[in-house]
Amino acid sequence: MVTDLTTAIWNTVAVFLTFCIFSFLYKDNPFYKIAEHIVVGVSAGYFAALLLWDGLVPKLWEPVVKQGKWYYLIPGFLGLLMWTRFSKRYSWISRFSIAFYMGIATGVAVPLYVQNYVLRQLISTMLPVHFQNLTGIFNLLIILGVLCSLIYFFFSKEHKGAMGLAARVGIWNLMVGFGAGFGLTVMGRVSLLINRVQFLENYFPSLIRFIR
Amino acid sequence: MTFYERLMQLDRRWIYLAIAIAVIIPVLLPFKVPVYITPEVRSVYNFVENTQPGEIIFLAIDYDPNAMAELHPMAKSIMRQAFSKNIKLIISALSQNGPGMAEQLISQISKEYNKKNGVDYVYLGYKPYFGIVILAMGQNYRIPFPTDYYGTPLDSLPMMDGVRNYDDVKGIIDIGGGNITEYWINYANGRYKAKVALGVTGVMTADYYPFLQSGQVFGILGGLKGASEYERLTKREGEATEGMSIQTVAHLVVIAFILIGNIGFFMSKKKK
Repeated sequence: MVTDLTTAIWNTVAVFLTFCIFSFLYKDNPFYKIAEHIVVGVSAGYFAALLLWDGLVPKLWEPVVKQGKWYYLIPGFLGLLMWTRFSKRYSWISRFSIAFYMGIATGVAVPLYVQNYVLRQLISTMLPVHFQNLTGIFNLLIILGVLCSLIYFFFSKEHKGAMGLAARVGIWNLMVGFGAGFGLTVMGRVSLLINRVQFLENYFPSLIRFIR
Repeated sequence: MTFYERLMQLDRRWIYLAIAIAVIIPVLLPFKVPVYITPEVRSVYNFVENTQPGEIIFLAIDYDPNAMAELHPMAKSIMRQAFSKNIKLIISALSQNGPGMAEQLISQISKEYNKKNGVDYVYLGYKPYFGIVILAMGQNYRIPFPTDYYGTPLDSLPMMDGVRNYDDVKGIIDIGGGNITEYWINYANGRYKAKVALGVTGVMTADYYPFLQSGQVFGILGGLKGASEYERLTKREGEATEGMSIQTVAHLVVIAFILIGNIGFFMSKKKK
């Protein structure tokens, strides 16, 4: 919405860039390239500044220089070693830092992933099946869906007979999942377009009001 | 070349044009479509509604400006609902291009309700490596965030007095446009047993329903539809509700093209 000179300038830039990006739908062109490069440049610059002021300064510089926590230099040094990746001769040194990071990340993540992505999901498929109401029937569908989908990915036995039927049901089940995913993706992408069109719809009348 | 073969070779730019017209016309000639409330959205609404004034909710604004279209309406509605009920908020922004955008949103909504930083809400801002940040906040917010976004030490903020970690908030609502959401489920819920609800983009929604069914999250707002449901519940309709009518027309056009494409495919195959 244009309310003053500053918003008029910045909104006009935003409108120009919006049209630059949309122009790609017709065909690739220099305007699209300009907008694309601006997005990449601004994101990279913003992130670099953010890493400096929200990462390096409060997490390394201030603890070491202002608080005297010299042991922060150890992870700082490991971080510095990562820069050896740019040298063919010394890139092996960065493996010490990577090993440290991998060790911690794996130690933290693996038990939690097994617990939350495997066991909790397994538990949630162990459901009571009954025919007293729809919930019981849906529970049966969930159990059959999971089993049939797993059978589809079981390649040690040929998909024939009962196995073939289950695998077929499994692939239908997967197709339903992909369909839901596709539908939601369409909704997401259309939402982005709607947002831009709403922005343009607000921009032009407010700019005219401001000029008058 | 038969009609069906020509249909199969339709230039995709005609489809773009049709979608553009389908979006522009309802913007110029607005109309309303009914929005039905799903249990997973109502669950998030009820959670905020049942939170007592003075209690704290953790709101994670974990998206970049590229997901604003779908997620901003959710964040706005939840913040408005919380502030109108005098619920306090701890807000973080762990997506790399999001902290400035989140700050803009917070200052806009807090002004509407005359809420003060440090008293009614605390904006923690951004720290790199969201997985580690989420884990560390489970011990103490002060580990990853010794100061808030504005550089004020957390210990000097009245709202943070006695507030250490996830145990001191009623629950976490993560509005996320990337894989940070995964870490809230895995670390905040999995490790620290915090109550987690999600607001995610349309593309992500289907991936997170298994966590709803397993009880690892207690509610999901999925894409613009979820946002419009929330706006309807809070009785303050905004851009998401407006967007649903446009969405409906655009979807009808997409469905029409899918049908035409499939008819063309099967008929041209039959001819051969």
